[in-house]
Amino acid sequence: MWDMDRWQEIGHTLSRHKLRTGLTAFGVFWGIFMLVLLLGAGNSLKQGAIDRFSGNTNTLYIWIGSPTQYAYKGFAKGRRVDWNIDARDMLRKKLEGAQTVVEINELGGWQAEQYIVHGKRSGTFVARGTHPEVAINSGYAPIKGRFVNANDYAQKRKVAVLGVEVYKQIFEPNEDPVGQSIKIAGIHFMIIGVYQSVIASENSYRDDSRILIPNSTLRTAFNQTEYIGSLRIKPKNGVSAAEVEEQALTLLKEYYYVHPQDTTAFGYYNTEKNYMKVVALFNGLNAFSWFVALGTLLAGVIGVGNIMLIVVKEKTREIGLRKALGATRGSIVGLIIQEALVITALAGYIGLVTGVAVLELFAVLLIKFDIPGFGVPSIDFTTAILALVLLIISGLLATLLPAHKAAAVNPITALQDD
Amino acid sequence: MISLEGIHKHYTSDSRRLHVLKGVNLSIDDGEMVSIMGSSGSGKSTLLNILGLLDTYDQGAYQLGDTAISAGLSEVKAAQLRNRFIGFVFQSFNLLPFKSALENVALPLYYQKIGRKARNYRAEKLLDLVGLGERTKNMPNELSGGQKQRVAIARALITDPRMVLADEPTGALDSATTDDVMAVFKEVHRTGKTIVIVTHEHDIAEQTERLILLKDGQVER
Ligand SMILES: Nc1ncnc2c1ncn2[C@@H]1O[C@H](COP(=O)(O)OP(=O)(O)O)[C@@H](O)[C@H]1O
Ligand SMILES: [Mg+2]
Repeated sequence: MWDMDRWQEIGHTLSRHKLRTGLTAFGVFWGIFMLVLLLGAGNSLKQGAIDRFSGNTNTLYIWIGSPTQYAYKGFAKGRRVDWNIDARDMLRKKLEGAQTVVEINELGGWQAEQYIVHGKRSGTFVARGTHPEVAINSGYAPIKGRFVNANDYAQKRKVAVLGVEVYKQIFEPNEDPVGQSIKIAGIHFMIIGVYQSVIASENSYRDDSRILIPNSTLRTAFNQTEYIGSLRIKPKNGVSAAEVEEQALTLLKEYYYVHPQDTTAFGYYNTEKNYMKVVALFNGLNAFSWFVALGTLLAGVIGVGNIMLIVVKEKTREIGLRKALGATRGSIVGLIIQEALVITALAGYIGLVTGVAVLELFAVLLIKFDIPGFGVPSIDFTTAILALVLLIISGLLATLLPAHKAAAVNPITALQDD
Repeated sequence: MISLEGIHKHYTSDSRRLHVLKGVNLSIDDGEMVSIMGSSGSGKSTLLNILGLLDTYDQGAYQLGDTAISAGLSEVKAAQLRNRFIGFVFQSFNLLPFKSALENVALPLYYQKIGRKARNYRAEKLLDLVGLGERTKNMPNELSGGQKQRVAIARALITDPRMVLADEPTGALDSATTDDVMAVFKEVHRTGKTIVIVTHEHDIAEQTERLILLKDGQVER
């Protein structure tokens, strides 16, 4: 394999037919190049989509939906379920798959905007109750000060965290809001921080236009001690949201005398479903990328096989002579295989490197121009190696037939003078 | 000594069976220079290919020096024996066009896994012997027909074979060049090699020590 003479032979054959070699190599190059680009682009989109969940990939929300669909246990149909804080406490006790169950209230009802005053500036925003643990999983990051913590919650402190859009509207630019006070529906709150969505998306503006206060404070200060807006349930590690969703709905229906078949009395949504959909979508995209790229690669490799067949045919006399002079089948076959491998491996490697370079370039551009919705395009090392190994194996397979033909050359007929 | 006894060879093509050699008996002494003659299609090349272990025979016995060559000799074994014991010279030279005279001569030693330096050293000596010491770097297309054939003879000699087999080596050469090439063969013969030349020219045959005439698939004399 490392025999200089053999490398020289290969160099000769390849350089004697530059165009042919070049075209063949291009087929292989293109296959690998496309594979890298497609997988990289797929990964980028997938990462972009997954980033939007920002860790919040397995969370369940439940709220009160439409009036009941069925009469049940003495209650007429068409009743609106009137739940309260007991629902949370019941679920905390009975819902086995849940790690945390917290209630979320919004001031004045769901999505009701409040008149917020700071000095001479004011605006209308949604004021939402929050919990210390929500920050970890919600995709909000403090850009000034801090988030609501356990003490704020336990002591029902009148503190507020502003969404960055709120901050922009009611504060002067460069003004430090931390420690200042605002009035929410007539009550003073002290600002402890400003947050911003981690990932820019079409929801960012809405998400960043809220004021978050401890839910415990909200419920007591605004006389919502019994009322709850919605429930936010985080399943235990390894438990799926769908499972917990079913358990929770069953428990709630039982508790509030709702018919088990009722599908709309409670509204619910879990991010896991969406997350899984996204994951499945991108797995599909990934598979499709492989399919397309492998097809291209296959065409490239068949090209190599074809070229080697022509090489063998052209070299019949040479092979015959070498055999007459003492070449064994092994050395003839080795030469053919080595030649094909040189073309596939070299072209494949260049394709891989070029593909990765193009991905890197995209990554730089994405970061430079801060384009939302994409993750950093990349393919992992294992995939790259897998592609290369696949290439080399298929290169070997493509050479089987030509190598066999070469081995079968009969020196007598090959050397016949005609 | 090389001896063939009762050698038969058939070819089957298009379901027709052609009985080419019908019990060839033949012995050639070490260091002898013989010629084989016969009409076209009489089986001269076939006989030479069997002698050169390029082809197998169907029936009979072949003794190559101390080695008995069986009818069912394996390809690998044949390749080894060819490489060690036999040198070939062909009518159409069969030099590799992309290799220099020196590299062409050295090629058989490559298959003995001999290093490049040693190969080239011996190849140079042999090119000297055939009178081409100045042409080692020339490519085949820069050589005349006679020079090419001399390169081929040097190649046939490089493994120091027991015998050199030449199938119509002057068939493609004019008479002046033919004489040059025959002179080289005689020179080689003087070094003690066994030489077998297939030819259809009486002039050539007369320059050898013995003529073997092939007729109707047998040696006539
Ligand atoms: N591989 C083969 N297959 C079938 N017939 C062959 C083959 N080689 C030679 N022959 C036939 O065998 C006969 C002898 O051929 P050959 O030995 O080449 O004759 P010569 O060299 O004396 O002209 C010819 O009739 C030829 O057509
Ligand atoms: Mg012949």
